[in-house]
Amino acid sequence: MTAAIELVDLRKSFGSTEIIRGVNLEVGEGERHAVIGPNGAGKSTLYNLITAKYVPTAGRIRLRGQDITARKPYEINRMGLSRSFQVTNIFPRMSVFENVRCGALWAMNYRYSFWQDVDRLDDVNERSLQILNDIGMVPRADVPAGVLSYAEQRALEIGITIAGGANVVLLDEPTAGMNRSETDQTVELVRRITENKTLIMVEHDMSVVFGLADRISVLVYGEIIASGPPDEIRGNPAVREAYLGAEAD
Amino acid sequence: MSAIAPTSPRTGGTFLRRNAIWWVALLFVLLLPQVARSGTSIAVLNQMCIMVIFSLSYNMLLGQGGMLSFGHAVYFGLGGYFTIHLMKMASGGFFMPLPLVPLAGGLAGLLFGLLFGSFSTNRAGTVFAMISLGIGEMIAASSLIFVKFSGGEEGITADRTDLTSLFGIRFRSEVDVYYLIAAWMVLSAWLMYRFSRTPVGRMANAVRDNPERAEFVGYSQKHVRLLSFMGAGFFAGIAGGLFAVNYEIVTEETVNLVSSGTVLLQSYIGGVGFFAGPIVGAIVYTLLQTLLSNYTEIWAFYVGLIFVATVMYAPTGLTGIIMMHLPIYRAGKLRSLALPYLRIGVPALCCTIGVIGLLELLHFLSVRAVGQSTKRLFWLTLNVEQPFAWIIFSVLAVGGFLVARRVAPSVLAAWEAASLHAFGGRAR
Repeated sequence: MTAAIELVDLRKSFGSTEIIRGVNLEVGEGERHAVIGPNGAGKSTLYNLITAKYVPTAGRIRLRGQDITARKPYEINRMGLSRSFQVTNIFPRMSVFENVRCGALWAMNYRYSFWQDVDRLDDVNERSLQILNDIGMVPRADVPAGVLSYAEQRALEIGITIAGGANVVLLDEPTAGMNRSETDQTVELVRRITENKTLIMVEHDMSVVFGLADRISVLVYGEIIASGPPDEIRGNPAVREAYLGAEAD
Repeated sequence: MSAIAPTSPRTGGTFLRRNAIWWVALLFVLLLPQVARSGTSIAVLNQMCIMVIFSLSYNMLLGQGGMLSFGHAVYFGLGGYFTIHLMKMASGGFFMPLPLVPLAGGLAGLLFGLLFGSFSTNRAGTVFAMISLGIGEMIAASSLIFVKFSGGEEGITADRTDLTSLFGIRFRSEVDVYYLIAAWMVLSAWLMYRFSRTPVGRMANAVRDNPERAEFVGYSQKHVRLLSFMGAGFFAGIAGGLFAVNYEIVTEETVNLVSSGTVLLQSYIGGVGFFAGPIVGAIVYTLLQTLLSNYTEIWAFYVGLIFVATVMYAPTGLTGIIMMHLPIYRAGKLRSLALPYLRIGVPALCCTIGVIGLLELLHFLSVRAVGQSTKRLFWLTLNVEQPFAWIIFSVLAVGGFLVARRVAPSVLAAWEAASLHAFGGRAR
């Protein structure tokens, strides 16, 4: 069986500084995988490589066996990979409902249609409403997204990401900047929406992912030093030293 | 923010009800000549309708797609040239009813939109603006180079009455042409509105707001922009075609940068954040141009002042100002604003009169004949060589401005109080 996402000796340098130094990773179909690591480990860079925001210096990225290295973002999205952003990245002048609908249009085959009325695309509108329901934002449907609170924008961000029904979902620190109860809600939301999907999640806060991830990889200075089920990672001495030790200081 | 964002009706209805406003608009423009009968007013209406289409097409770029173009007249002018050439050829006798010839302009606009859009829509922002300016200059220059096609400075002329008559209508009178133009206007406006409600139209907004995010939901920002660009070219071409039909002449003036500037100006004055904004802008601009020019030679200067004032004080345009008051009106709170508006209106009017007076006197000084020293202005005869008029206008201008600036905060506070009440504590 081919992996949902496969990274082969992936490298990325900015100038003479190598940030990602040969990452090999396989994430199986339907697996919830978390990449954790201390600040400056290269998590965001790795994330942006997988989602085609950056072009890798060397190495390959495969999505279900297909090489997606250096593909355009919209091509990768059309192949079934969807991502969220760490910095909230929505359509501020459009309503919440329309934000989610934009996420669903291409995947539901409306593509570059300029002859259909969006208000009459019942399947898209139903799906969008369903997504709004999932992220708990039905009451805010008609509000311009730009005026939402921070936590609401984060939830909407996830809503846009999953609206297209992609099978492989990447989330970039979905709980960043949230308090404990907001974090718990978001983790619950992520668990619900990634049912039967492949999830790759980059996270700084280790406690967030222990209950959620099937497997965890620990990234330190651009290399993966350990990969395995949460309990194994928790007990790994190298991880404790590199990550938990640093955290405790 | 919520006052700026267009609302999205998600509830459907019957075809008739959904499009009620369009039927009313059609009825209105068809009845208009019954009220405005004179030849001049029909001429003004014709120009207005053409400008409405042109501005709406421009807003497909600026307001809907976030593309600031300095060369949109390219598609207007080329549409005009292709239409007038078709009219000339059709005078030879082949079947071509006049109501259909603007389609040639639209097609030309579409194809040139595809051609120029294919390399200018990769990015929005400064790069797009610069390329549009370059193409605008290039085409304007070409129109004086390729004389065979453009007729040089004299332009190309044709006679619309030579074309195949349709049901016996030969479009000899201005009113006949008005009905033709008005019908095209309502149809074009409706189509452009429909376009904004299609998947591509919505994604044009999305790409405007956040191109990166749009790519990560599966859309190429370039392709979305290109489709808007071609649509804008098509309708600008239709407007250019109607220009050819109306004036029976197309010159370099239709395609040059002044024309590109005009469409930007009037769309912005009307308000690019609203579908109806460019319509309001085109109406107001045409009225200013045709009526104001009866009274003053420096009308273009005033239009420039209005544009600068709009950018500085009312960036949402005239439509934005109206929309700011709609919820207040609905809440029945408009009356509470009468007094504050009077308080700022009077000094603002004084300031305006003062500025106009000074400008007119200055202009008179620079163009007067030798020995001429009096000018009629505001029903007064003023002597420019005496300081009296200068002092009065200066006091009005400066004093009016200072008083208006002083009361502005309290007027703003009154508006905020009224609108807060109207929104009833809803998130703004």
